[in-house]
Amino acid sequence: MTLLLDDVTLTYEDGGGRLTALDRVRLDVPAGTVAAVVGPSGSGKSSLLAVAATLIAPDRGRVVVDGADTAALDRGARSRLRRERVGIVFQQPNLLPSLTAAEQVQLMAHLSGRPPAAARDRARELLAAVGLAGEADRRPHRLSGGQRQRVNIARALMNDPAVLLVDEPTSALDHERGAAVLDLLVGLTRERGTATVLVTHDREHLARADRVLTMRDGRLTGA
Amino acid sequence: MFVAWRDLRTAKGRFALMGTVIVLVTLLVGLLSGLTAGLARENVSGVTGLPADRLVFAEPPDGRSPSFSDSAVSEGQWRSWARRPGVVDAAPLGVRTTEAAAAPGSGGGTGGGAARVAVAAFGAEPGGRLAPGGLAPGRVVLSARAAEELGVRVGDRVRLGPGTAAVAAVEGDASHAHLPVVWTALQDWRRLPGAPGGATVIALTTGEGFTAAASEAADEALGTTALTVDEALAAIGSYQAENGSLQLMRGFLFAISALVVGAFFTVWTVQRAPEIAVLKALGASTGYLLRDALGQALLVLTAGTLAGTALAAGAGLLIGRSEVPFAVEPATVLVPAAVTVVLGAAGAALSVRRITAVDPLTALGSAR
Ligand SMILES: Nc1ncnc2c1ncn2[C@@H]1O[C@H](COP(=O)(O)OP(=O)(O)OP(=O)(O)O)[C@@H](O)[C@H]1O
Ligand SMILES: [Mg+2]
Repeated sequence: MTLLLDDVTLTYEDGGGRLTALDRVRLDVPAGTVAAVVGPSGSGKSSLLAVAATLIAPDRGRVVVDGADTAALDRGARSRLRRERVGIVFQQPNLLPSLTAAEQVQLMAHLSGRPPAAARDRARELLAAVGLAGEADRRPHRLSGGQRQRVNIARALMNDPAVLLVDEPTSALDHERGAAVLDLLVGLTRERGTATVLVTHDREHLARADRVLTMRDGRLTGA
Repeated sequence: MFVAWRDLRTAKGRFALMGTVIVLVTLLVGLLSGLTAGLARENVSGVTGLPADRLVFAEPPDGRSPSFSDSAVSEGQWRSWARRPGVVDAAPLGVRTTEAAAAPGSGGGTGGGAARVAVAAFGAEPGGRLAPGGLAPGRVVLSARAAEELGVRVGDRVRLGPGTAAVAAVEGDASHAHLPVVWTALQDWRRLPGAPGGATVIALTTGEGFTAAASEAADEALGTTALTVDEALAAIGSYQAENGSLQLMRGFLFAISALVVGAFFTVWTVQRAPEIAVLKALGASTGYLLRDALGQALLVLTAGTLAGTALAAGAGLLIGRSEVPFAVEPATVLVPAAVTVVLGAAGAALSVRRITAVDPLTALGSAR
C-alpha cells in the first residue's frame, strides 16, 4: 500500500477552541490507482492532502507514505520524503518568481541532487506533455493562470513520485485542456504505479477515478 | 545556489543598490584606514624605528601617564638601568620639539630669512647604539622630510635652537608627532630651549634574563616607568588623540555596514517567506535554504567589498602622492575588507535565520 491514512484526526487552533478539519479519516490508496475526493469548500480536502504530504502532523492516527510511518521521521527525513517520493500539485500554482517554467520543473531534480543535464531534457518533456513546449523559458509573470497551473503539475511529476497529491488541478483550465491534463495524470498513475489522490469539483473527472470519496465536515465517506 | 542565483539575476536592481551601498561603505572604511595608518606612521615611526625594545620614562606624577613631553631622566638613572639584570644596553634619548632653519648662506634657496620648520629633535650619544652614522657634536643627521622642508643638503648648515650644526647625513623618513626627526648629539640637544639636563627617556635593549618582575623592581628602585615600545606610543600626545577618534569612526562604519547588510537581508527574507514556504513544501531542507541564502549574501558582500577596496586602494595611491599622510599596505587595505565581509556575513546570518521559522504548511494556504 503506497498511501495509508488510518484513523487520522487533525485540528487547527481556532480562537479559543479547536476546529476539527479531519475527523477519524481512513484512506488507503494502492499503487497505480486514483482516489478522487469531492466535497464542499472548507470541508477539509486540502487538509487531507497536507497530512498526506507530511506538511502537518495529525493530532491522532497513522500516516504511512511509500511504506514509511511518518510519525517516526524527523524533519529532515520528512523533507527528503517530500522531494523524492511525493508530488504535490498545489491548489494555487505557487511558482517561484525568478525561475523560468523549465527551471521550476528542474528545481525538483536539483533538490534531490540529480544530474542537471538529464533533468533539463525531462523537464522539457513534461512541459511539452502539459502543452507548454513553447513557454519553457518564460518566467511566471509572463504566463497565464492556466499555464502556471500546468507548470505546477509538471513540477509535481518531475521526480516520478510514489504518491501524487493533486488539489483542484483543472479549475483554471478550459474543458479540453482539463481533459488532457487529467489524461496525463491518470496515464502516469497507471504506467508508473503511483498512488494518486485527486481533489476535484469536476464531475467528469470522477468517471476516470478508481474510487470516489466524499468529504463533509472533516469526515471522509465513499464507495 | 539554484534559486539564489536566479534571484540575483531577477532582482538585479535591488541587489545592485545593496552592492553600491557596500561599495561606498567599504570605500569609506578603506580611505579612513589608510588615513589612520598614514597619520599613525607620521606619529610613531621615530619611536618604532629605534633599535630598542623598551623605553623607560621618568615616573609621572600621581594620576598621570608617562608622556614624551613631560619625562626627564638623569644620567644616574640610565647608568643604573644599564646594570640591571637582562639589560643589554641602556641608552639615553632626548626628544624635544623645536624649530630649525637653514643657516644663512646654506640652502633654503630664497636668500632672505629662511623658513623656520618645526622638527622633532632626537638627541643621542654619538657612537652609541641609537645614533645614526655620522652623528657628532656640532653635526646633525636629518630625516629626508626634514632636509626637504629645510631645503638643505649634506654639508649645508642648519640653525637648531641657539647654535648651528653641519648636516652630516640625510637618511630615513622617521617622524615623531607629525614632525620630521632631526638627530643631534645629546650634548647639543641639552642646549635646546626647555631641554632638561639629562635626557627624555632611556632606550633599553633587553636580553634573556629580563623579566616583568625585574622591570618592576628596577622601576621601583629608580623611580621610573619602563614600557614596551608599543605601550610607549600612548605617550605621544597627538597619536593618542588622533588614533582614538579615527578608530572609533572606523568601528562605527563597520557596525553601520553590518546593520545595513542585516537590514537589507531581513527585508529580503521576509518578502521571500511565501517562496521559502513553497520550497520547504517541495522538500528543500532548512539547511539547504540557509546555505542558499547565505551564499547569496556572501556573493553580494564580497563583490561589493572587492570593488570598494579596489577603489580605496586606487584613491589611496593617488592621495599618497600628495602631502596627505596615507598608507596603502596589505594591512590597511585587506584587513578592513575582511572585517567588512565577516561583519556583513554575521548581519546576514542573523537575518536569514528567520528562514528556519517559515512553516511549509502556509504554501497550501491563501491563494497568491
Ligand atoms: N492553517 C489553518 N489554520 C486554521 N484553520 C485552517 C487552516 N487551514 C484550513 N483551516 C480550516 O480547516 C477547514 C478545512 O480547510 P481546507 O483547506 O482543508 O478545506 P478545503 O476542503 O480544501 O476547501 P476548498 O475547497 O475551499 O479548498 C476550514 O474550515 C478551514 O477554515
Ligand atoms: Mg482546498
